[in-house]
Amino acid sequence: MNTEEKHAKLMHIVANYLPEDVNVKDIQLNSNFTQDLNINSAHLVDIVLDVEDEFGIILENEDMDGMQTVQDALNIIGAKIEG
Amino acid sequence: MSTNDRRVVVTGLGVCAPEALQVNDLHQLLLANRSGVRHFPELAKLGFSCQIGGMPNLEAVELENYFSRPWLKGLNSKGLVYAALSGKEAWLDAGLPLDMEGRDADTGIVFGAGILGIDKLREAIHKVDQGEVRRLGSTTVLQTMTSGASAYLAGMFGCGNRVSANSAACSTGTEAIVLGFDWIRQGKAKRMLVGSTSEGGPYVWGGFDAMRILPHKYNDRPTEASRPMSASASGFVPSCGAGALVLEELESAKEREVEIYAEIEAAVVNSGGQREGGSFTSPNPRAVLECIDKTIEESRTPPGQIDAINGHLTATGGDLAEIKAWHEAFHKRGQALPFTNSFKGHIGHALAAAGSIESVGCVLQLKHQVVYGNHNLTDVHPDIAGFASSSLLQKSQPTSLKRVIKASFGFGDVNACLIFRNWPEPKA
Repeated sequence: MNTEEKHAKLMHIVANYLPEDVNVKDIQLNSNFTQDLNINSAHLVDIVLDVEDEFGIILENEDMDGMQTVQDALNIIGAKIEG
Repeated sequence: MSTNDRRVVVTGLGVCAPEALQVNDLHQLLLANRSGVRHFPELAKLGFSCQIGGMPNLEAVELENYFSRPWLKGLNSKGLVYAALSGKEAWLDAGLPLDMEGRDADTGIVFGAGILGIDKLREAIHKVDQGEVRRLGSTTVLQTMTSGASAYLAGMFGCGNRVSANSAACSTGTEAIVLGFDWIRQGKAKRMLVGSTSEGGPYVWGGFDAMRILPHKYNDRPTEASRPMSASASGFVPSCGAGALVLEELESAKEREVEIYAEIEAAVVNSGGQREGGSFTSPNPRAVLECIDKTIEESRTPPGQIDAINGHLTATGGDLAEIKAWHEAFHKRGQALPFTNSFKGHIGHALAAAGSIESVGCVLQLKHQVVYGNHNLTDVHPDIAGFASSSLLQKSQPTSLKRVIKASFGFGDVNACLIFRNWPEPKA
């Protein structure tokens, strides 16, 4: 799976949790999920579960703590798949 | 203005009941004396004695009008869905705005529940037992906490006053109205969205089936099973759903120039203390009478001015004791029993939601000036007939109605009673 595919899959997941006033096109690599995209912090656990299902990986609590931005998430996903 | 001066009126109605997903559906069902009870093959498969019940059919409901995408994803709490449907209908019916920005500090919610999200809870218990607690997702707590429905509605509408959930078994719905009424009378809120939701299905109804208080001989004739006040009554038919009312201080309703459906003149709760013949599961008859008595006294209704009773009347042995209490309350005031009905014959006993759904029905009787008939009351119990034969209608009848008195009783020996008065008020 190349980086573009990972990015597209992640965007598809994140789109489900965006507030009504945030457009999926507004998401940048450095967007912070809660601060920039206004995603309810409670939904971060749902994003993690969706990521686990989509990419067939398991994320630990530390991974979740480090997953602040879209780029963070892609890094963690990349490391888990290759690891 | 003191507590006694403030008047409380009903300005919005909403319902989610078996075969009645909207208020007008409920009116039509009760008016035409139809049944919302059906057979559940699932219950037969599970070996239930009583394989029938009432449950709102949500297949055609567009849930995205009530829940955001993240919520819809793991949504498995029917009680929450029933509450959202009925609550939003009542809110819009009262002409209140769906303003997602503002917070309304003058409007609160008391929306009760017996148990909430039992299917979600079952799903969660299985995951926990399989060592997958981390996969419960973010809404398991929100879908299964008793106050989940009241909290969800508060978020929908931006309610910034008191937001909580009451729980008093089968009197929950009526008690929620009492609590909202008291709160407004104390001047602590201008408006209260009140009501209750109750779930159904095998995990809720199973415990009642085990108590052998549900009918087991009507599995092939579900619509005939719920028979309040009948000689052939053999237990209550379990059902579920939600009812919602917007209560409002009279001055606020006048300022907003909205339609007023009824005034609540009195609202009383008490408990029999599980003494004097009362127990966890059967009411203390003196406390039932006291509850009814106090309600009539508080309303300061002149004799002969209550035209209809909507009872708890579940189709169990409790029906006779209840009719005796109603009889005594009216007899000591020199009156015969007015028209008496139970909507449980049509839609079954919706447990924690019974009081709120039936209260919506009571207000509809006033609005449409009709007394709904008693479904299945073809063979009045002879002891009940002795007290009330002429007040028991089989078919709905247009009638001039000024007041309807409504009561609910619940496990734990708890009672609640209300008087709704027709609006506009009759000229003195």
